[in-house]
Amino acid sequence: MDPHLWLKRKGRISPYEVVFWPIVLILPFWLFPTYLSLSSQIAITALFCISLDLILGYAGIISLGHAAFFGIGAYAAGLLSAHGWGEPLSGLAFAAVVAAFAGWIVSFMIVRVQHLALLMITLGLGFLLVELANSLGSFTGGADGLQGIDTWKLLGVWKFSFWGKTAYAYSLAVLFILFLVCRRIVRSPFGLTLEAIRENPDRTTALGAPNRAHLQKIFTLSAGIAGIAGALLAQTTETVSLESLGFQRSAEIAIMLILGGTGRLYGAILGAIIFMVARDQLAGMNPQYWYFWIGLLLMIVVLFMPRGILGGLERLAALGRRR
Amino acid sequence: MSQLFAVLFDGFAYGMLLFLLSVGLSVTLGLMNFTNLAHGAFAMVGGYVTYSLVELAGWPFLATLPFAFLITAIIAAAFERFLFRRIYEAGELNQVLFTIGLVFAASAVAAYFFGTVHHSVDLPAYLTGFIEVGSVKLPAYRIFLVVVALVVTAIVVAGLEYTRFGAMVRASVDNQKVARGLGLNVNRIFALTFALGSGLAGLGGALAIDILSLDPSFGFHILVLVLIVVAVGGLGSIWGSFLAAACLGIFDVAGKYFIPELGAFLIYLFMVALLFIKPRGLFGRR
Repeated sequence: MDPHLWLKRKGRISPYEVVFWPIVLILPFWLFPTYLSLSSQIAITALFCISLDLILGYAGIISLGHAAFFGIGAYAAGLLSAHGWGEPLSGLAFAAVVAAFAGWIVSFMIVRVQHLALLMITLGLGFLLVELANSLGSFTGGADGLQGIDTWKLLGVWKFSFWGKTAYAYSLAVLFILFLVCRRIVRSPFGLTLEAIRENPDRTTALGAPNRAHLQKIFTLSAGIAGIAGALLAQTTETVSLESLGFQRSAEIAIMLILGGTGRLYGAILGAIIFMVARDQLAGMNPQYWYFWIGLLLMIVVLFMPRGILGGLERLAALGRRR
Repeated sequence: MSQLFAVLFDGFAYGMLLFLLSVGLSVTLGLMNFTNLAHGAFAMVGGYVTYSLVELAGWPFLATLPFAFLITAIIAAAFERFLFRRIYEAGELNQVLFTIGLVFAASAVAAYFFGTVHHSVDLPAYLTGFIEVGSVKLPAYRIFLVVVALVVTAIVVAGLEYTRFGAMVRASVDNQKVARGLGLNVNRIFALTFALGSGLAGLGGALAIDILSLDPSFGFHILVLVLIVVAVGGLGSIWGSFLAAACLGIFDVAGKYFIPELGAFLIYLFMVALLFIKPRGLFGRR
């Protein structure tokens, strides 16, 4: 088959997608207005999850410290606002640039190591940043969190209110736009090359693909998107805590991604929705038990559904079609 | 001067504890490339075994240590046989997530049975005081720790160097394919090594109660330290782990004592820098 034709077919918009986005737009506004703030949290988390999917699902780079970039973005936007510039869109852009720059620096290390060293470097950088933010307490607010963030009206018109209508619309719009960008990227020849590098780096080298340069590009991009997600959280909640940088967030996001299914973008969104809704509904439960079920769920997913919920559904659908 | 020596010794004893906790992981990771983040959870099992036997059944502390080793080893062997074996081929990410899931679940189970509070054990009198060495007073328990760690190191090294089983393990770590080709049952060697290594972690967990205190998040707390030791020391290298653990212990204790404001920062920085320069760690062969 002609490769261009194949790419085009792969990039075709499926009917599920056309149904999905209007539903997530309307549902919280119309049916669950009391859950608007949760919904914007979900949209932000989904964006963060997508950024991890770019490097983990597509390029095969395992990171246990991706929250570092989320946190850098959050602190960048938060500090900008706390120092007197609270315009949200330029804040997002600023956070994206800062986080992407940090990602670019880190990417030089990431592409040179593999396996345990890769895990430990990403983990170590995450811890390093938490310690740094903690010890720079006068600047970042330390363990108390960054205070004094004031987000201005969106586009000078919509105020960020207590009910979170603007926050949700804003988060969802950013998610949707960046999702389209990511969708375009992973369905481009560049995205396909990333998947090839993931599957067999030796062969892509032999074919003349610049492995390291490609991996650095996607890592930088992913860090930038994670930074935007962090900035969204800082702007909509008007606070940043050390927790936004921590290992727990890095681990949770990986759990959501594996739950939904890696390497398919919608897996990231679905995983974020399921995880966040479940946690909200089970919030009354003792956190220890919540962790028990999360742990059990993780083990079951790895053993029986290694491609996540969406991967499992796809396999079921394929089985059904064959009959 | 004597204060400096006391701090260094304290750090070394802490390092020896870290060595006991991590040496098993170093060997099994080098052997099977199985990224087992649940190693700390096995250490926690050993800790709770000793806690239960001492505090609930009234055993003397020393008598519980063999059981901390044995029971942990048996539980680890069961997990290896029925669960971990299924994911050796599943890729690194799946192994990481599966074993993290296990840590989550294990900590919840521990919280269910033992509560979320910190536990400690009553040590016998001869382990609680201080012993004067020259002009320095050293805590007896730390001396005990160092002695145990050195004995264990001697046993492990001798076992690996001079026994037939040790030779099989070394052969499998060096080149698994050839070892298989020569008729070694690598899977069984691995299962046994895994049980022994986890047993050592259990022993370490039991010994750690007095120093790190035991609670359900123990598995998470020591995970990072253990991984640092393994990654810096190099997979499959006993001496690498020994050196890395001793350095980490001394740096950590001395750092907290002399420059508390930097704290753990320096350790992470050092680790990241070292792994960047030598991704296989100090003595790693693969």
